[in-house]
Amino acid sequence: MAVATVTIDGMTVQVPAGTTVLDAARSIGIKIPALCYDPDLSSVGACRICVVEIEGSRNLPASCVTACTDGMVVRTDTPAVAEARKAILELLIANHPLDCMTCEKSGTCLLQKYCYEYGVSSSPFQGDRHEFAIDDDNPFYVRDMNKCILCGRCIRACEEIVGRSVLDFSYRGFNTKAGPFMDTPIRDSDCVYCGSCIAVCPVGALEEKKMIGKGRPWEVEKVRTTCPYCGTGCVFDLNVKDGRIIGVTSTDGDVNGRFLCVKGRFGYQFVQSGDRLKTPLIKKNGEFKEATWAEALNLIAGKFKETKEKYGSDAFGALSSARCSNEENYLLDKFTRAVIGTNNIDHCARL
Amino acid sequence: MAGLATSFGSGAMTNPINDVNDSELLFLTGTNATEAHPIIGYKMRQAHRRGAKLIVIDPRRTELAEEADYWLQIKSGTDIALLNGLMHIIIKEDLQDKKFIEERCENYEALEATVAKYDPEYVSEVTGVPVNILYEVARLYATTKKAGIYYTLGITEHICGVRNVMSCANIAMLTGHLGKPNTGVNPMRGQNNVQGACDMGALPNVFPGYQNVNNDEIRAKFEKAWGVALDGKVGLKIPEMFEGANHGTVKAMFILGENPVLTDPNSNHIRSGLKKLEFLVVQELFLTETAEYADVILPSASFAECDGTFTGTERRVQRVRQAIVPLPGQANWQTLNQMMIRMGCLTNYKHPGEIWDEMASLTPSMAGINYERIDKDGLVWPCPTCDHPGTPILHTATFSRGKGLFQGIEHVPPGEMPDQDYPFLLNTGRILQHYNVTTPYSAGIMTLWNEEYAWVNPDDACELDVETGDRIRVSSRRGECSSKVRVTDRVPKGMVWMSFHYTASQTNAVTSHILDPTSGTGEYKVCAVKVEKLAS
Ligand code: SF4
Ligand code: SF4
Repeated sequence: MAVATVTIDGMTVQVPAGTTVLDAARSIGIKIPALCYDPDLSSVGACRICVVEIEGSRNLPASCVTACTDGMVVRTDTPAVAEARKAILELLIANHPLDCMTCEKSGTCLLQKYCYEYGVSSSPFQGDRHEFAIDDDNPFYVRDMNKCILCGRCIRACEEIVGRSVLDFSYRGFNTKAGPFMDTPIRDSDCVYCGSCIAVCPVGALEEKKMIGKGRPWEVEKVRTTCPYCGTGCVFDLNVKDGRIIGVTSTDGDVNGRFLCVKGRFGYQFVQSGDRLKTPLIKKNGEFKEATWAEALNLIAGKFKETKEKYGSDAFGALSSARCSNEENYLLDKFTRAVIGTNNIDHCARL
Repeated sequence: MAGLATSFGSGAMTNPINDVNDSELLFLTGTNATEAHPIIGYKMRQAHRRGAKLIVIDPRRTELAEEADYWLQIKSGTDIALLNGLMHIIIKEDLQDKKFIEERCENYEALEATVAKYDPEYVSEVTGVPVNILYEVARLYATTKKAGIYYTLGITEHICGVRNVMSCANIAMLTGHLGKPNTGVNPMRGQNNVQGACDMGALPNVFPGYQNVNNDEIRAKFEKAWGVALDGKVGLKIPEMFEGANHGTVKAMFILGENPVLTDPNSNHIRSGLKKLEFLVVQELFLTETAEYADVILPSASFAECDGTFTGTERRVQRVRQAIVPLPGQANWQTLNQMMIRMGCLTNYKHPGEIWDEMASLTPSMAGINYERIDKDGLVWPCPTCDHPGTPILHTATFSRGKGLFQGIEHVPPGEMPDQDYPFLLNTGRILQHYNVTTPYSAGIMTLWNEEYAWVNPDDACELDVETGDRIRVSSRRGECSSKVRVTDRVPKGMVWMSFHYTASQTNAVTSHILDPTSGTGEYKVCAVKVEKLAS
């Protein structure tokens, strides 16, 4: 494969020809801010915050859409670059609510992060502000387009990852809005609530309804785990605060990357359902009565022993579960074969 | 997965999920991937948009069928005839991979003799697929290098499920589409840990790792490790257990996290069996229809409350982690362990990792996997040693059983077809938003999709005088249920399609009692019903 040797901020790096300047820089630990760029999506060069200086180039090209060529000399840290990035941020926040103290995204918002890094706290540009109605007429999302920076990531995720193309830009100029076709509420669209758009939005425009007000990102413990639904094996983070699951966020699964379906992203709610059984129950005269673990387990052991003595081991059958873990299945397997002494164990492999 | 085990010696997906990404041809039969396996469905759609050819075989017009290069709307239950017909053409046009057949497979003559009878005209008549399409699809599959077969329940839930799977194996061997990247025969498992439950030996004939209970040497190994004498006689499958319960030979049962009353075909038979048991223990998250029959219910901890592992459909073992304190006060492995100890098995496990390690020490195909190695990313078995990277693609040099076994498989019509009294064909499946039993307890999901809708073709809807939203009664020779109607041309005329996610519409009271003779799988996909409009 052809390689290109480029120099970025004085460091030389060899990359496969065609690699973008942004990827080359990030590969050697040079930080370049980017809003519309997402490694899982196509690059569009829309936000222009990733601009750099390239020797021999008249303007400042966007590094996410500029391919490395052999001998290229790039600078990411010049005053002109910083100036340009600052101006972009000032333009973006000129029409941004700046309610960071209550915004869910605070702490993980890229706009906030870059404003912090470039020392932008207010905008010299004052003009009209959007007053879009908030779309929250659905069980899962709150869409506040007043916070949208028109990076288009959500649109590309829906089209390129999910293949549904529910979202696009509508209207033009100042009124441009990212959302479902014909600017309908998400509830009236063909959305399948996979949450991919939420996962890629760099700001607080797209939020998960159930997580709002449940905790700041830095207070939340993320527990990497595997989805309990279909057999694909998607991996995600359970977000836990004060001993409760407050939501699911994307991580980097072997199979699914950052993407999930509606079940993985929102199906965790059964865990904390009020209908969960919490104590053993023993049926007495046709009615279930609460019992202690010791009572229940002693009764079970006694009855299973009795069955075995009276009718033989083969009068016992175990149904194991395709929903339970390997360890639980192994234990029930060992229980059935070694403790009871029968091979009568099966599970609903058919589902 | 008895079918693939017979053909190849191993019953799992032959290739990894991410092989979909750079495939040149995706051959989907009986799988509504965008709903049943959404993430795999996304990948299929992406691959198709990048130029991979997409062939979808399904009586329903699924989302992927809509996008497919070829959508073969076969008559329900005619998969084998179709596959035999495709193989007939491949052999007739001399497109088979002779080297692969010669070197890697056996019993080719039997296949040749069987498929010889399936000439395109006959197959077209049986399946409803035009002759020219049969030719095009056969040529495309045989001549495309990176061509993989993917299937789910559509294939395995027929009376001939096992033979359907073997037919898929046949056509893949015939064309040499095995043991290489982006090829293979890939069953996508429906539940998170079906693969793992099978791998762990939750089957009547095998110990963990598909080690046969009737093999003396293997039994001796487990006897030594477990410290007891073990029975070498193959145990009962689920339907046989309920048969035994109904006949009084099975007296006590332990049911872990399953709700057969809702999810098994012919639930009335299950109910009567459960009623007759002398003692039933159910370990569950919720008070399910099945748990109602229990003498003792043990509360389960959910996936978020226990440490452990799941094995995904591509044989990838991944960690599941405890995120919150178990609601019932203890994890499921602790409950099971306490039950064992009370009955005299004194091993006291301190962490699920110890349980895994004990299993792995007895299971050569997983011996190289431990919690440390899969802390971040999973590992794909076979993984025999701790320095082994895992085996995403099976059968690269030889098949697990040595040679791939061709089998002549004849088309068998479904066990029950529509007739005068029961003129509709009932087909069942899964919808995207739900998953057997837990999603109904997830509030957000229930607000959007909270009841069953039976799909009915517009022509049939006219005759029945129903519109979307009306209620119907669906009855078979075994039972009945009621449901709202959705009128849609996604189902062909004469077919009714329903899911089985809702307690209020117990679809499985209606479904067939006819089982696949080899696997015991219920024939969920096809049964004859009648449909009547109900006053709303
Ligand atoms: S949730 Fe998924 S389907 Fe819905 S708009 Fe977002 S990306 Fe598209
Ligand atoms: S909603 Fe978010 S992801 Fe979509 S265009 Fe706006 S800022 Fe970008």
